[in-house]
Amino acid sequence: MNSDEARRTVERIARESYGRLVALLAVRTRDVASAEDLLADAFAAALEQWPSQGLPTNPDAWLVTVAKRRHLDLLRRGQVQMKGEPHLQMLASEVEEASRMSEELPDRRLPLMFACAHPLIERGARAPLIMQTVLGISAKAIASAFLVSPGSMSQRLVRAKAHIKESGIPFSVPEQDEMPERLNAVLDATYAAYSTGWDEAHEGESELAPEAIWLGSLIANRLPEEPEAKALLAMMLYAEARRNARRDAHGCYVPIDQQDVASWDRTRICDAEKLLHACNRFGPTGRYQLEAAIQSAHIAQRLTGANCWPAIVALYDHLVSLTNSPVAVLNRAAALAEVAGPNAALAELCAISTDKRIVGYQPYWATLGHLNLRAGNIKAAREALTIAMGLSTDDAVRQHLRLRLQSAGDPILRGIAYSHR
Amino acid sequence: MNYMMLIHHDDAALATANQKELWADYAAFNEALAKAGGRSGVRLQPASSATSVRVRDGKTEVIDGPYADTKEKLAGYFMIDVASDEEAVAWAQRCPSARYGTIEVRPIHEQR
Repeated sequence: MNSDEARRTVERIARESYGRLVALLAVRTRDVASAEDLLADAFAAALEQWPSQGLPTNPDAWLVTVAKRRHLDLLRRGQVQMKGEPHLQMLASEVEEASRMSEELPDRRLPLMFACAHPLIERGARAPLIMQTVLGISAKAIASAFLVSPGSMSQRLVRAKAHIKESGIPFSVPEQDEMPERLNAVLDATYAAYSTGWDEAHEGESELAPEAIWLGSLIANRLPEEPEAKALLAMMLYAEARRNARRDAHGCYVPIDQQDVASWDRTRICDAEKLLHACNRFGPTGRYQLEAAIQSAHIAQRLTGANCWPAIVALYDHLVSLTNSPVAVLNRAAALAEVAGPNAALAELCAISTDKRIVGYQPYWATLGHLNLRAGNIKAAREALTIAMGLSTDDAVRQHLRLRLQSAGDPILRGIAYSHR
Repeated sequence: MNYMMLIHHDDAALATANQKELWADYAAFNEALAKAGGRSGVRLQPASSATSVRVRDGKTEVIDGPYADTKEKLAGYFMIDVASDEEAVAWAQRCPSARYGTIEVRPIHEQR
């Protein structure tokens, strides 16, 4: 384990402890903000001290003790009121008892997640709220990941916490009749965290993706009866397994059909397959099952050489009718091109060409460009690839598109030397 | 909401970029911007060409150089009309100059 990994492990344990304690306190007080306030300084101290001084034997007890001491300091200086103290005391005795009985503290993180992703909380705040409370990620880091200024992200989080407190949003795992819809909100928030991490991907590194996977396995373990929770975890593992293959030695983006399968992480793929099979035993379940199955087919196709395109198109058919999402239509068209040719795919794309949700969506223009290139419509291909390049924020993707444009004989790009890359 | 996106550059950092590639990126960015209904902006001459003028107590001062003496100087702007701050920030992130300087995202005062 190198020092970077060691630091991460310590951070992981600090965060896990923090999230568990915030959840315990918040479920009791129904007030996320005050639970965080009580533990915030202790958590910051842990992140500062643990990497150099080593892990305490009981991280939970360490955090609560520091929080208590800090709270007493503030009480003496008259900067806080008494009201937090009893909760901290209660938590302290609970931690003490648990460690004396060598038992585990009750885990309330799942109820906390359901509160954070409650339908009354604005959609854009759910994933950030879960990341802050359960994972202890700073508002500043969350803001950058979601392309929001730290000021407005903080406001959004404060508003959401006030809302939880005032509207009496329940801290509980919902009953069966409410479960599908409520669980979807939790899964969507988790996936939002993952895909934000996936896009960011600087030099194959991402802070959020492993956190999201960790949340995904927490949910799947706590809710073994919910196939969609397994499916989401499978989907994230499939994607994660291919992370290192997405860039070549020069950092250039590599599409899945050209990736070096030797660099795929087979352990993760196996884990994902097991989860997907377990999920399939429940029959057809939902969006994440379909998306995980599509990933599985893509991977099987590369590993076995079997032609899975017709199966992939059929899976997308279901996804389109289930979600009615233009992104599903787009991906279906890309798969259809492999079965029925680029012109058939381009005809399908006409249906979404004026959809407002898609005109600023980089993959739409990239797909349109590639399909036109294959169909021999050079002018249309150039236009779409240029827009795709203008919309992308990732150097590797831009470089990939530059090469495609060059191959389409783009007059601006002809003659640019890439030798320095 | 309308935003003015102020481009600040460190001229020295920009000069080290592969110029052909940079301007090809800019051409692509402007095309994407136009497709999204944005207005491609204005590129200013280097900050060294600026003259700053102020009037104090009725006395006019004329000074060589830009108003703010910082490493990154105002180099141009573009305009975009989008639904949210997030979308405006996404456009700032796409702007090739973001890689060599800073894009300041400023909402425009709506006229009543």
